[in-house]
Order: sequence, then C-alpha cells, then structure tokens
Amino acid sequence: MARTMKLRIFRGNSKDGGLQDVSVEANEGEVILDVIHRVQAEQIGDLAVRWNCKAGKCGSCSVEINGKPRLACMTQVASFDEAETVTITPLRAFPVIKDLVTDVSFNYKKAMEVRAYEPPADLKPGEARMQQIDVERSQEFRKCIECFLCQDTCHVIRDHEENKKSFAGPRFFIRLAELDMHPLDTIRNRKQSAQEEHGLGMCNITKCCTEVCPEHIRITDNAIIPMKERVVDVKYDPLRWLGSVIRKREGIN
Amino acid sequence: MAIDSETKTSKTGVFSQGRAKLAARTYRTDKWWIQPAITAGVLFLFIVYATYRAFENGKYFAAPLISPFYSPCLAQNCVKGSTSFVGTFFGTWHVFGMTVSPSLFILIFPLAFRMTCYYYRKSYYRSFWMSPPACAVAEPHKKYTGETRAPLIIQNGHRYAFYAGLVLNVFLTIDAVQAFRNAQGQWGHMSVGTLVLTANASFLWLYSASCHTCRHTIGGRLRNFSAHPIRYKLWSWVSVLNHKHQEFAWISLFGVAFADFYVRQVSGGSIRNLYFF
Repeated sequence: MARTMKLRIFRGNSKDGGLQDVSVEANEGEVILDVIHRVQAEQIGDLAVRWNCKAGKCGSCSVEINGKPRLACMTQVASFDEAETVTITPLRAFPVIKDLVTDVSFNYKKAMEVRAYEPPADLKPGEARMQQIDVERSQEFRKCIECFLCQDTCHVIRDHEENKKSFAGPRFFIRLAELDMHPLDTIRNRKQSAQEEHGLGMCNITKCCTEVCPEHIRITDNAIIPMKERVVDVKYDPLRWLGSVIRKREGIN
Repeated sequence: MAIDSETKTSKTGVFSQGRAKLAARTYRTDKWWIQPAITAGVLFLFIVYATYRAFENGKYFAAPLISPFYSPCLAQNCVKGSTSFVGTFFGTWHVFGMTVSPSLFILIFPLAFRMTCYYYRKSYYRSFWMSPPACAVAEPHKKYTGETRAPLIIQNGHRYAFYAGLVLNVFLTIDAVQAFRNAQGQWGHMSVGTLVLTANASFLWLYSASCHTCRHTIGGRLRNFSAHPIRYKLWSWVSVLNHKHQEFAWISLFGVAFADFYVRQVSGGSIRNLYFF
C-alpha cells in the first residue's frame, strides 16, 4: 500500500548546503534507497547518491538516516511512522563531495598503511594448510563489506578531525586482528604497530562500531579488545615480558 | 522545497571544513540519552552506597554471615569473629584520630577490576565523560587522546585487577560455604543469608569468567588453536560467557550491594536471618 513519506535530504557540497524538504511516494516493502531513487527520478534529477548492489553486500549506499549510520538499501521504509519526517544526510565523519556522496579515500589510505599478509618464505603457492579452528576467528572479520559505517560512527575521528593522521579506525583494527591471529602470517610486530602506528590506544571501547555494523561483526569484543590484550602482552605486562625473556615465547618480541 | 540554510559556528568534529554543512550535533530522533542517563544514575547510587558502607565500619558481621564489602577482614579492628583465617596483616590504622575501616583495605581491588573492565569503560566513558554520550552524537570535548597517555593508559593494567578479583572471589566463596552453619558455628544449616552469599559468589565468578582478559588469558592470545585443543575448548566456553559479560557485570554489582545490605540489616537487628534447617 502506497504512502507519502516526508524526507529531509542534505543537498550541497563541501562549501555549502543544507537540508531540503521532500515528499515522495513510498510503497510496501521498499527501502530508503528506493525512495531516494524515486526522488531522483521524479523531483531532483541531480541528487547524488552512491549505490551498487542494493542487497547489503557492496557497502556503497552508506548514509545517515535520522542521525544513525546505516545502509540505505537495508533500511525498511516500514520502520518509520507515516507522520515522521526522516532526515537523510551523508556520512558526517568524511568530506562531502555532493549531496549524499562522501569522499571516503581516508579509508583507502589507511588500508595501504597496513602491511599485507606475509606467508613463510618457503611456502609455495597452493601448499598452505590450515585447520578450520585456526582460521574461524579471522573468517568473521572477512565478512566486512567496507561500508565504513564503523569508521563514520567512531567518535575518535568523527569528533576529532586531527586524529585522522594517527588513527586507523575499527575497520582496520579488524584487519590487524585478522592478520595477527592468522596462523601463517610471519610478521611478528603487528601488535606493536597496532598501538604505535595505527592508534589502537585511542579507542576507548564504546562499541559504536559494533552497533552499526551491518554484517554484525563483533568488532569490539572479537577484534579490538583481543588486540588491546595482545598489545598489553608485549608492551604493558611486566610478567609477560619477563616470561618472554626467560622462555623466549613466540610473539613476544 | 526550500533549502534549509543553517548557520555553522564550530569548526571541529562534524563541523570540520569539508564535511556536510549541517547545524545539529546529531539528527538522531530516538531517546539516545536515556541509556547513558540510567547508567549514570545507577552507578552514582552504587558509588554513594558503597562509599557510605565502606566508611561506616560497622554492621558487617552477623555470624555466620559477613558482608562482601568487608571480606576478607584483614585488620585487627575487625569485629570479633569476622577476622579472616589468613590473619590480620594490616593491624589497626588511624588517620586524623579516626580508625580506618577494614573495608578500605580490600575494596580497592574490586574497584580497580570494575573501573578497568572493558564493559564498564564503555559505560562510564559514555554516561559520565560523554565521550561520546551515544553513537553518532557529537561529544563536547575539544581534544581526545583516548587511552594513550596518563591517567587512562593505566587501563592496560586490567589483567592485574582481574587476578586480584579472582583472589577475592575465593574468599567470598569460602564465606558462602561457611554460611552453611548456624550462629553457633555448627555445620549443616541453611538460611536466607546462605542463599544470598552463595548467589553473590556465583555472580562474581560469572562476571570474572566472562571477562575479556580471562578470555584472552585462557586461549585468546594463541595463534594456533589446533595445537592447544584443551585451551581452545576453554576459550570456546569463556567466549559463550563473554557474550553476556555486560549482564553479568550488572547482576554481580546488584548482587554484591544486596548481599551487603542483607548482612547489614541482619547485623543491625532490623531483620532476622531466617533458617530453612
């Protein structure tokens, strides 16, 4: 059954802009991306919105809906009251290009700063063998669709632009955790670099990244906190340090 | 369709140059402030009650029950019968002519455990420090360095507070076992107080066992689970509990306050410790 939906959509660029009121038809079963497309088709031809799969798997249509970072293609119209005015803005942690499209290149720069997986030198292609229980932790992190909602909601960079230089953000903490837990990765100083180069210590575990993740990755509990504990092992725990000196434990270097 | 031109004054955070020119600190329409407000209120009440009880220095023992705020009682000025079996290491301290409450010697450890707990950190950073008050709600602070420098870098010592907490759990479990006696010290009895102290010890063990540091120590730090099957199994169990760490944190907090309150009321004569047998 069709209904009229009241929207306030951000229109503008990095220099200027504001919220524009729009009324648009919405049908049963539709998602916010559908009504944005209808606005684009019928009312505002140059409304900019980034999208691709419309199935919650490409991570392109990240916006903020009523102030919450969400995928437009996974947010049901039915979840809002008919009388409600729904505000749709671009991600507010990143520079806006036009309307609902933001420049997320910050994340690609941070991705390049993470050293890639490095297998043992004598391991030939096709020879890698790992047991399922050794890779299942990392597999959770591989579900990431790089929508960057976690990056957007993280107050460390959202509320403090100056921290972008020294803070990689939750998306890359799960990448670091994935690599540090990888049974065949040979790089042994990922814990130290997580703390010293990627700003893990700036995270104060408020779990917003976990709350917004559309893939329901338990970012804080399964990646960030385990990485913080691993950092403690090598940097802040005198007994572990002593143990590493005496027994030369793996990973404590 | 009019464009809503809004005045922008601040230049930081969501108002930084290049970001969408939006005036509000948040566009959330839900009641995002309720949760941090409730958390702040409950934690504040607990702090007030615990502080009062720690300094009250009385009404903490009614044989065979001892309040968890005073156990183990390690000072010489502990009331008769409440002294811990391990001795009175601390003697009797006086500050400005007043006797120091035995509670103060031990409460520092559970306080440190909860203050550095990963769950409570989330709670109080949000509700007391508003960093941030809620997700996608701009925080009021101009600068932020997280847990990279003093004093918050001390949060990295959580595992030592965890170990201390385990020791206290042992004492409180012994208290629960000793509550299976009557007031004359004879075994084989059970009262409401027995249930209260047993529940308190159980909740504290669940809170400790579900701790993120426990999960890491027991197996999380390993790279190859397949080489350590027993630790992997233990890690799997602790991971199940870890999902409920938040719930255990609250239940154990209420549990310890209630256990203390119950012992206080029995000790003060307000209520009678009802015996089942």
